[in-house]
Amino acid sequence: MKRKLEISEQLFKGLSYLLLTIFALCCLYPFVYAVSASMSGRHAVEYSEVVLFPKDVQFDAFARMFQNNMFWNAYSNTLFLTLYGTLWAMGVSILGGYALSKKRLLFRKTFNFFLVFTMWFSAGIIPQYLNYLQTQTVFRAVGIMDDKWLVVIAMGMAAMNIILLRNAFENVPGEIEEAAIVDGASEFQVLSKVYIPMSKSTIATVALFFAISRWNGYFWARQMISNQNEHPLQVFIRLQLEQYTDPEQIAGWSEPYASDSVIYALIVCSIIPILIIYPFIQKYFAKGTNAGGVKE
Amino acid sequence: MTERAADYLIWDESAGVYRENPEQAVRDDVEKHYWKHVGLTILKDWRLYLMLVPMLLVFLFWRYFPMYELLGCFKVSDTVLPVSEQLFSGFSYFKQLLVGGDSLSLNFWRAMRNTFLLSFYGLCFGFPMPIILALFFNEVRSNAARSVYQVMTYLPKFMSTVVMTSLVTMLVKQGSLISQMGIVSQALVRLGLISEEVGNAGLLNNPGFFRAIYQISGIWEGAGYDSIVFFAAIIAISPTSYEAAQIDGANKWAQMRYVVLPSMLSTIVIMLITRIGSLLNIGYEKVLLLYNTKTYVTADVISTLAYRTGLGGGAGTGIASAAEMMNNVVGMLLVIGANTIARKASNTSLY
Repeated sequence: MKRKLEISEQLFKGLSYLLLTIFALCCLYPFVYAVSASMSGRHAVEYSEVVLFPKDVQFDAFARMFQNNMFWNAYSNTLFLTLYGTLWAMGVSILGGYALSKKRLLFRKTFNFFLVFTMWFSAGIIPQYLNYLQTQTVFRAVGIMDDKWLVVIAMGMAAMNIILLRNAFENVPGEIEEAAIVDGASEFQVLSKVYIPMSKSTIATVALFFAISRWNGYFWARQMISNQNEHPLQVFIRLQLEQYTDPEQIAGWSEPYASDSVIYALIVCSIIPILIIYPFIQKYFAKGTNAGGVKE
Repeated sequence: MTERAADYLIWDESAGVYRENPEQAVRDDVEKHYWKHVGLTILKDWRLYLMLVPMLLVFLFWRYFPMYELLGCFKVSDTVLPVSEQLFSGFSYFKQLLVGGDSLSLNFWRAMRNTFLLSFYGLCFGFPMPIILALFFNEVRSNAARSVYQVMTYLPKFMSTVVMTSLVTMLVKQGSLISQMGIVSQALVRLGLISEEVGNAGLLNNPGFFRAIYQISGIWEGAGYDSIVFFAAIIAISPTSYEAAQIDGANKWAQMRYVVLPSMLSTIVIMLITRIGSLLNIGYEKVLLLYNTKTYVTADVISTLAYRTGLGGGAGTGIASAAEMMNNVVGMLLVIGANTIARKASNTSLY
């Protein structure tokens, strides 16, 4: 039974579509503009002839980027940080989350509190900075000279993600574990053969959370990695932005493309990998947010 | 002795938990040798406890040690003594910040105000946006069309803060001619919303625009993604609720008022409380990347002030720690307060 819509209802429906369309286009526009501006000619960019579509198409700004060794360095550093950072964080979180999900664990409440308290109270930038400096000293003393490892190991752990994993492990039916134990599985086998396969989607979600935050990480990488060759992509983008928006630095600009185009090209290059995997991971993220309700 | 000690915990098959052995003799023994029993239980189950170790160490080293470092805010003088010997010897840094009367104290109060205002405006403007978006999504009947809208509006969330702020910087950049300004500044000038001089100078150099830019870029970045939770609450509504309302003669507005909004209410309350709880946790990264010396008046928050004062080392770290300490303690009280209210009001606590 379909009721005919009243005028006010039709208006609201129309308005919804209209405003949604406007908002969605506004969300997308800066990216479209960045792509167009990165491949437009100098005059077109500097005098705003580019509004939506590229004009006087050139790819020199991209070529300049690709010829810059620092760019590839930064890219490989980011891949390094993302790969090892995610692996390390996932390893620690899965083991910890699994142990916390066991009701037989002694001092379970205390351990949970130990974790959750860090969500309520964080020491702040300066104490963390001093702490990382000390860590750096210790790392160097034992022979880890590469600051990337400091960023991988010391940073980016999130209590929230461990709690997501813990909740997922708690939802695995105990009978399956018992069956595995009867078959002679050890604790580690129970985890790897029963719990991990049965919580695949949560594990994928959490791994994506970690990977995205590693890929996007900026502040601490900039503070703690002193060697320019070890900077990740985000730090590189920021340094380039600071350089290319400084009027003194670009005073004698004589290239056939605008200095802005270099920044836009860099931005485009940094978001392409995310854009490629975005359609595949989007649904996991939507799920992860809904699972985010914390129990207990 | 040891054998009995190990029996302190008995595996309860039906409940799947260890229970204390009810035998009085065992209980007495446990009371006497508590830690021995704990040790034996852990030893019996050592693999499980071993799994916990990396996580505990990571959080101890890089979450709790900084908290110990934070206590440096209580030290009186800037000596080379370790923190442990200077603890609780004074509140001079707090006094200096709160009632010092010098520029540092003024900056502290300014940063406090900015921190609060940025959060508060976020609550007023940023918070309702995802709810409105979710209501709009609900109006879109075709799944394909809705997916397109969702993909487009979630996208900015996946960009890093650096990319987001770089784009913002470029879109509102300065320029001596209208056509040389950032494209958004240009649009605003042509629409007559801002004067040409303001556009020429660059919106990010104008303290009057910082808060607006911060909120609008926040909505751009997060509103779509944040609407997921609210939209999930809407689609969880059973179709029978709508049918019942329709039979009662409810039009769309009545349905929204009596079916949709009540169903979203608990989600809204929980999200609101989370938001209030994190009122003082301003994302310092974004502020650091967007502000400059010209906009400190409205942009400088506690974290960024601490960052500038403390990074030089020396006495600065103590004062910076004191500023962050106050921010964090108030922030934690807000979290705990909000959580308590949530528990009392809706029986749903967040932690």
